[in-house]
Amino acid sequence: MLRASLRQISAALKEGQVTPTELCQRCLALIRSTQFLNAYITVAEESALKQAEESEKRYRRGQPLGELDGIPIAVKDNFNTAGIETTCASNMLKGYISPYNATVVQKLLDRGAVLLGKTNLDEFAMGSGSTDGVFGPVRNPWSYSRQYKEKFVPRSDSEPENWVITGGSSGGSAAAVSAFTCFAALGSDTGGSTRNPAAHCGVVGLKPTYGLISRHGLIPLVNSMDVPGILTRYVDDAAVVLGSLAGHDPKDSTTVQDIFQPFALPSLTDVSKLSIGIPKEYHVPGLSSEILAVWSKAADLFKNAGAKVVEVSLPHTHYSIVCYHVLCTAEVASNMARFDGLEYGHRSDMNKSTESMYAATRREGFNDVVRGRILSGNYFLLKQNYEDYFVKAQKVRRLIANDFVKVFGSGIDILLTPTTLNDAVPYMEFIKEDNRTRSTQDDILTQAANMAGLPAVNVPTALSRRGLPIGLQFIGRSFQEKQLLTVAKWFEKQVQFPVIQLEEVKKHDSGVLQHKKSASFS
Amino acid sequence: MAAAEPLRHRSDALPARVYDVTNRFRWRAMRALGLCRWLRGGTVRAFGLGAATASSALPPQDGVTVEVLDHLERLALVDFRDAEGVERLREAVRFAERLREVNTEGVEPMDSVLEDRCLYLREDDVTEGSCTAELLKNAREKVEEYFVAPPGNIPLPELEERDTFLKRS
Repeated sequence: MLRASLRQISAALKEGQVTPTELCQRCLALIRSTQFLNAYITVAEESALKQAEESEKRYRRGQPLGELDGIPIAVKDNFNTAGIETTCASNMLKGYISPYNATVVQKLLDRGAVLLGKTNLDEFAMGSGSTDGVFGPVRNPWSYSRQYKEKFVPRSDSEPENWVITGGSSGGSAAAVSAFTCFAALGSDTGGSTRNPAAHCGVVGLKPTYGLISRHGLIPLVNSMDVPGILTRYVDDAAVVLGSLAGHDPKDSTTVQDIFQPFALPSLTDVSKLSIGIPKEYHVPGLSSEILAVWSKAADLFKNAGAKVVEVSLPHTHYSIVCYHVLCTAEVASNMARFDGLEYGHRSDMNKSTESMYAATRREGFNDVVRGRILSGNYFLLKQNYEDYFVKAQKVRRLIANDFVKVFGSGIDILLTPTTLNDAVPYMEFIKEDNRTRSTQDDILTQAANMAGLPAVNVPTALSRRGLPIGLQFIGRSFQEKQLLTVAKWFEKQVQFPVIQLEEVKKHDSGVLQHKKSASFS
Repeated sequence: MAAAEPLRHRSDALPARVYDVTNRFRWRAMRALGLCRWLRGGTVRAFGLGAATASSALPPQDGVTVEVLDHLERLALVDFRDAEGVERLREAVRFAERLREVNTEGVEPMDSVLEDRCLYLREDDVTEGSCTAELLKNAREKVEEYFVAPPGNIPLPELEERDTFLKRS
């Protein structure tokens, strides 16, 4: 039951095969038994069960609110949720109970979704491993899968724990979806923070177009690049969630005013009219040979199905990570200025003066990564550096965005690229490099889409030699999520990515829907 | 807390550009000399900074002087904490230097990807509010409907009086 897709379980709820409370209880039980994953910071058991009961009443009356009614979901801990602690995995906001719901959270609740809890992340969403939060790192559920365990070869007798990272920064959300504890989760994507963990955890990670989904209530990192991200196990589910979230929000002036029409994805049978672009600059040094092979195979898949597969060039790709580095730290320096302890969050006991209180509060509340970015950002924004770094980076950003415009203008519909450089690395290896180095390496393939504000989706494609997921990224045109997801859905059907074999889930799953649906899982 | 640095007059050992910048504050320059030489002298290596060690042998960059570091700490109200913090900044600046390689002649800076659209402005009507109690709930120090702050208009102490890593050498 827990392994069903969102649409399947929604249908089951409608038909009465399972009740929302039962579903909610099973998810909560699974969360309890998979606590070692550290995917959740806060589990809102009481409120979730209450929401489930309300949903059940609606189903009994025959008046469900829609496809999301009664569906358990999880939300990344940098979205404000009324009455539930919102921490951003930081000491700065520990104990902060938000007085309001983020727009996206409100939209989900209005449609009857059951909010199970808040998921773990890198502190303030800065990082690419979900390892730098104050609540500890998130473990990739695939570390405990039969597929990984079978392939794992210990290198020495005294091998420390070999679990792998989830990727970041929405690692908790990705792990929650991957481990079947919920049917969809919200993440945020600034430089790849939804797609990176999606690739490592073998789930679908959608980054919508900038301006499509409201950021009101999402604790901001980079105002010009942040978007709420959607994590689900299947592309169809991502479309359903997108349908509920997208649209203009009067509370977020950076959302576009175009009317958004929720859509169902058609099942594409003929891809011959499609033109797929393969950007050659994405073949970066450091890209593992496995991922390169999977990428080539995917390109061949499209070619053999009749699509036009063309090599294209995005010449400024090599500079996008530097540009991102400058713009991100600059905006972060500005956005983190709100944390002074006066109105909310941690407050230091230092009382000599306002300035020294602010300094002490921020000294105590932020970790090295956050402080480092704030200081770098302030450096780039100094009067003497403004032109050379910040404005220069903004100019380079335009060049990058124009690269994409040129490519899409030449008849390409979708770009196909890898999402990550390699499959998930073991935690012990990951922490050997510092956060900034890792982010520089890991974001290289994903953040150009954030620069240009384009929609992108990670689709889990195959398992690596080590038994871990590899995903590929599709980048589409602005506001063309329907086309993007249609192609992604076709691709998903072709590759038949295997289901994760987790012991814990077998214990909590009933056979109710299993025998009916097992034919569709390969 | 480190003891006060004895004045050293080895100004010939000071690189010219650092000397020029701090010319007006000569006594501070002498103090900075100690720190700059310390930063340059590979002591950073002792903190075990892995990938950064190769670059610690290079002279400090034009931009990253102690004055600037102090200025940043004041602007950001965030401290560097230790040598690693300073090195992190220098790495960041070094990394950002790559932007110079790009030719941006005649290119306008891009603020937002939605620059072709008009920003949405709504009517100036009050649609929500009256949530004082809610908002005050999260503040630690408050009196009636006020947030209570320590006295303002007191500048942050100077580098020498602050408890910051930057003055230790």
